[in-house]
Amino acid sequence: MKRIYLDYAATCPVDKRVLKEMLPFFSEKYGNTGSLHSFGQEAKIALEKARERIADLIFAQTEEIIFTSSATESNNLILKGLLKKNDHLIISCIEHPCIKETAKFLKTKGVLVTELKIDKQGFVKDLEKSIKKNTALISIIHASNEIGVVQDIEKISKVAKRNKILFHTDAAQSFGKIPINVKNIDFLTASSHKIYGPKGAALLYIKKGLKINPLLHGGGQEQGLRSSTVNIPAIVGFGKAAEIAKKEIQEDYKKQIKLRNKIITQALKIKACYLNGDQNKRLANNINLRFSNIEGEALTMKLDLEGIAVSTGSACASTKLEPSYVLLALGLKPQEAHGSLRISLGKYTREQEIDYFLKILSQSVKELRKLSPFK
Amino acid sequence: MNYSKKIIDHFKNPRNYGKIKKPSAVGQVGNKVCGDVMKIYLKIENDIIKDIKFETLGCLVAIANTSLLTTLVKGKTIKQALKIKKEDLVKKFGKIPSIKIHCSFLAVEALKKAIENYYEKSTNSHVRRNR
Ligand code: FES
Repeated sequence: MKRIYLDYAATCPVDKRVLKEMLPFFSEKYGNTGSLHSFGQEAKIALEKARERIADLIFAQTEEIIFTSSATESNNLILKGLLKKNDHLIISCIEHPCIKETAKFLKTKGVLVTELKIDKQGFVKDLEKSIKKNTALISIIHASNEIGVVQDIEKISKVAKRNKILFHTDAAQSFGKIPINVKNIDFLTASSHKIYGPKGAALLYIKKGLKINPLLHGGGQEQGLRSSTVNIPAIVGFGKAAEIAKKEIQEDYKKQIKLRNKIITQALKIKACYLNGDQNKRLANNINLRFSNIEGEALTMKLDLEGIAVSTGSACASTKLEPSYVLLALGLKPQEAHGSLRISLGKYTREQEIDYFLKILSQSVKELRKLSPFK
Repeated sequence: MNYSKKIIDHFKNPRNYGKIKKPSAVGQVGNKVCGDVMKIYLKIENDIIKDIKFETLGCLVAIANTSLLTTLVKGKTIKQALKIKKEDLVKKFGKIPSIKIHCSFLAVEALKKAIENYYEKSTNSHVRRNR
């Protein structure tokens, strides 16, 4: 059976050009960046080249890029490394769990946390009202991993600046997909595997002059902010992926937005199908739908049996058996979140795949509705 | 998630789904844990379950389980049907992730509710007849 991957927001395949660039760094150029000899030098050069490519993508300086192992680590690093007891932190209610849970942990250490609500379209509200004298950081997700809605970070960063508050954004979903300039951003998180690089590499951008504490103490790699032997193959891959993204960002965006809009238009023709989140200010690769009177896990599994990979915010699919908090924050009732489906496209998604998906989707919805006690 | 062939088969080709036009009894339960709904319709003649149909708003396991249950119950006496336990379903299906065990309770509970509904109805009509 042919398989169709429509879950790029979860992770991406590694671009073949990326893999090629990585391969020598496993068994040939395996040196430690900390070593003086030629093996070490060769690794160090590769590390700095990756840093340059990444800095170039977001208009940063190389020394502002700190490599970590995952977006989760970067988000932990910025929150735990910056905030002290009695500091006030503002986040949104639709942050990724790695921000939400870290904030929850910091609360137990005396950090005060405000969670901004979102409106029906998915945009954060009441930022200025929530600012306090001791607000030390505003951390807002750039593009939602679930509903793809892109926040106006330019505006948010201006508010932060005006109030002399530092601003961090989790750009794991948007980095490499929409142009980002860090000029007005103090801290930014991004990850390799969302842009066709390998898993196990990510970054925290830290604006020059700003100081935070490390999570890991040791050999002092990454300007003392991330002690650990440097994961060269992964970082080399990350760098190559960023270089490719820089070149192909426009073309990929155009291609995906066409497919995205096709899915939205066609899907909304299905009876009692709705789009979650703003229709326009969303990532080119994200579609989040909901269908009345059916359950998303069953729908996801039905599609999977036809070879199509998507994801759902249904309670039945979560390990806690709770509906997606992002969908609830949009104002949806639990039973509405129940029938939700996230489709996320990538640069390898082809139009024929989308046509096939749309056909199977409407078929599957029909079949499940036949089984449903609600019509 | 790796489900057994049998579960997948019941999910793909659910047996006995839909409504019964003039049912002898109906049972409905909601799943408090994740918000799902399960409905079972019975046609009973001389204490024998002549027909059974189900409707489910729920996950793969919930759908497959009810489908399986209906095949076990059809043609059986009420007494026999009441003997079926959720463990029997789990056994028949093989490995189910533990988080999904509650979904298999749904089917059995809906069936019980339907049979209770049948008894209520028949005692009521009995009372009416004797009036
Ligand atoms: S019906 Fe919700 S998890 Fe099975």
